Amino acid sequence: MMKCTQATQLLSEKLDRPLSNKEKMNLGIHTAMCPACRQFGKQMLSLRDISQRYVKQSDREEKDGNA
Amino acid sequence: MTQALSRSDKQPSGQLFHNNEFMNDLRLQMLKFAILQVRNEALAEDAVQDAMLSAYQNIDRFNRQAALKTWVFAILKNKLIDILRKEKRYTNASILEEGASLNDEALIDHLFTENGHWQKDERPQKWDEPVHSVESKHFWRIFDTCLEALPAKYSRLFMMREFLELDTNEICDNEEVTVSNLNTTLFRARLRLRECLEDNWFQGENNT
Ligand SMILES: [Zn+2]
Repeated sequence: MMKCTQATQLLSEKLDRPLSNKEKMNLGIHTAMCPACRQFGKQMLSLRDISQRYVKQSDREEKDGNA
Repeated sequence: MTQALSRSDKQPSGQLFHNNEFMNDLRLQMLKFAILQVRNEALAEDAVQDAMLSAYQNIDRFNRQAALKTWVFAILKNKLIDILRKEKRYTNASILEEGASLNDEALIDHLFTENGHWQKDERPQKWDEPVHSVESKHFWRIFDTCLEALPAKYSRLFMMREFLELDTNEICDNEEVTVSNLNTTLFRARLRLRECLEDNWFQGENNT
């Protein structure tokens, strides 16, 4: 079975490239059995979401906000 | 700032500069990126303004938002590199980057057991999103600090991908890195960011 080190790398790469069918299958099996990597996968998505909000929040809070 | 750009005596053929929301978002993205790279707001503002101005002067070339964004961003990146070189901080940044891979090994050893599974204490926790605005301000400060703690190359590539939302091929072309190198760098950047956020925000939140 895939190790957590490999699974976490794929969970990150998933955001940057389409995974192959084999990778998807192995990752699917791993995350089905590993709650820690499942959580890691959710955190990767949160990081993306946080980054997008981070970029937009400055105009409301610190900046003068003139468009 | 953007006034200079929208004060158009000659009407540009492209409609992009008239899309205020797009232009404003783009400016903010660039500014965030620039400030984190040069660590000086005034220098960052100047660089962003210069890059926007060159884009405006070449507006005929673009018909898509993505094309404008890639182009204006390439200009900005060169300006930032010039600034860093002038300040002689560029060499320091490269030295820091050499040490970075060692720290990655150390982080990976810290997070995972020898056979490649999560250390019990390091297993990722459920993250609650910051909800209240006071909390948010504090959260964003921590996020800033975590970004600044990344090696320069990591934060640059991470920001190109996640702030500027450039696709990976564009980043590889611009930065002259291979796809696998980019994937690994992004993975390491995310691994460090999540570690930093978990240690400084999400965990602290649970303790209070
Ligand atoms: Zn796992």
